[in-house]
Amino acid sequence: MSAVREAEVARTPVRLPAARRRFADREGTLAWLFLMPSVVYILVLVGVPFVLAIGFALSDVTAGDPSYDYVGLRNFRRIFDDPVFWRSLGNTFIFTGVSMVLIVVLGKVLANIMIANFKGKWIVRFLVLLPWTTPVTLSSIAWLWMLDSIYSPIDWVLRQVGLLGKPGDLLGSGSNMYWLGEPGLAMASVITVHVWRLTPLAAVIMMAGLMAIPRDLEEAARVDGAGYWRRMFEVTIPLVLPVAAVAALFGTIFTFTDMAVVDVLTNGGPNNATQVLTSWAFFRGIDGGDVGQGAAIALFLFPILLAAAIAILRAVRRMEVG
Amino acid sequence: MAAEAPDLRPGRTVVEVRGLVKEYDGGIGRRARGRGGVRAIDGVDLVTEEGEYLVLLGPSGCGKTTLLRTIAGLEQPTAGDVLINGQVVTGLPPRARKIAMVFQSYALYPHKTVLANIVFPLRAAGMARPERERKARWAAELLGIEHLLGRKPRALSGGERQRVALARALVREPDVFLLDEPLSNLDAKLRASARDELKRFQQDVGTTTIYVTHDQVEAMGLGDRIAVLSAGKVRQVGKPMEVYDDPADTFVATFIGSPPMNLVPRDDQLVGFRPEHLLPESAFAASVDREKVPLAVDRIEYLSGDRHIYGTVTGIGKPTRVVSRLPATVDTPVTAGETYDFAVARDRLRFFSAETGLRI
Repeated sequence: MSAVREAEVARTPVRLPAARRRFADREGTLAWLFLMPSVVYILVLVGVPFVLAIGFALSDVTAGDPSYDYVGLRNFRRIFDDPVFWRSLGNTFIFTGVSMVLIVVLGKVLANIMIANFKGKWIVRFLVLLPWTTPVTLSSIAWLWMLDSIYSPIDWVLRQVGLLGKPGDLLGSGSNMYWLGEPGLAMASVITVHVWRLTPLAAVIMMAGLMAIPRDLEEAARVDGAGYWRRMFEVTIPLVLPVAAVAALFGTIFTFTDMAVVDVLTNGGPNNATQVLTSWAFFRGIDGGDVGQGAAIALFLFPILLAAAIAILRAVRRMEVG
Repeated sequence: MAAEAPDLRPGRTVVEVRGLVKEYDGGIGRRARGRGGVRAIDGVDLVTEEGEYLVLLGPSGCGKTTLLRTIAGLEQPTAGDVLINGQVVTGLPPRARKIAMVFQSYALYPHKTVLANIVFPLRAAGMARPERERKARWAAELLGIEHLLGRKPRALSGGERQRVALARALVREPDVFLLDEPLSNLDAKLRASARDELKRFQQDVGTTTIYVTHDQVEAMGLGDRIAVLSAGKVRQVGKPMEVYDDPADTFVATFIGSPPMNLVPRDDQLVGFRPEHLLPESAFAASVDREKVPLAVDRIEYLSGDRHIYGTVTGIGKPTRVVSRLPATVDTPVTAGETYDFAVARDRLRFFSAETGLRI
């Protein structure tokens, strides 16, 4: 025993040449290398525009006069005095709030359908994902026709089933609903199209959450005598809540920052009834050429989104720890 | 053994399965290749008696868990019937069957406290709050988990989780407990004490229990009777001692016992004997009627007091490699490379058909 020890101590360990350490073994260097593209991407495409927006918001830059003059908070004072801004802000909250509730609920329902076992399941999954994969402008244009003031097929169906068009009909005696012309209906239409578009994403996220629940739990609840609704509300939903919160976070941010649906369908109208912060910022800043004001309106989204993100991520963490 | 057995009242069967078959269609690929389904359970008849501890034992994939799930109502049989308390429950959902099940993972609801877990079946049954609280406390007291009622499952050890799962099963006062390998998630040391606890718990409450395991030690230790399953069929049902001493076929003979029963081919038969019955000649009393067998020893293992002796026997039938287990009380010197005179008492020999494997 001790003889072996001495022999070992006497021998100096041989250091293998550094060349044996390949490039792929150097994890410290690799980490930097692999992270670099996303760091550059975020800095160039998120960081720079963000700083630029703050700069513009404090300036009098317009499309006609691009020279930079610092004007302090004048742009903010102006937008606060503008009733359209407040209307847009309110609309943004209604648009986001109602859409999110519908998206989360419908997403959960669709996710349940997608994980169920039945024949032809793949075609249902395919159809569910279709709205998400269609480019938003294309699908919005299709909806624009669906909601057309005169040729709307929805109105046609309503007329055929006797809900519209004759005196005493449930939806009025006019021949059309004017989906995008009536303020309330316009908002409902914009929300409907947005929900139609985002629900598949929420459904896929929730499907992942549902599949992560051990099957044992569902079966234990069945053996314990719980019916469908009790299992749904007491076992499944509490367990997908963290995932649903992530879906809601994504949805909120997408909804808050989206203007494609509004822009294509209503252009903010009628009379600003569907104007949201993003579309309003676009009209003022780009269409109207007042870059400073547009930047100030757009910046208004930032604290709201930040607060939403922090709130939801905190809730998720609390659920994970609890 | 017989003195320890609980008071069985034959005549009142709790769970009965008749001609049970469960076939899985095996998916599109299998159907396309023109093969039929997979038979997980292939015509099983089984009857439990009231208060009995019946163990379903078999290797993985033998259909034992499927059988238990079919009794629970989590799977519907392809053919055959399940009866609970004399009533056909085939086709009924689990909640209508008066059963309680403990899963391999325990399947505690992770977002609910221990108390909420235990009262869950009672709430589902629509029991009033004071009544269900009282019942949950009674179950918790019985299992010694009152101090854990406010905790969440993740804060519990494996043994504590088992007790919560048992309490949740117990509060329903079911006609039968179905346990699906409840010990397999525990480490070896905890497993022994949890096994002991399970047995005492069942004796205290006296409820009929069906227990699934692949571990013969659990099966022998817990079961009043053992049903040995293989390839979806019941090979033998009997008391642990019967299954061990009088195996119905070569599958049971070699599945139960460690090391398994030695099988030596002789003409169209297989001669079987347990390793502990293959002993040196000198260990037998002169009066014992025995068959002498020379054993050419090639390897010896020393395992917790016993010696496992590996070698080739001649004289019984074809020369075959066998194992002998010498208890610590037999101190005859044995060395590898030598041939010794061993023997087996004639009444310890079991004969099986070489063709079918069945006992003759």
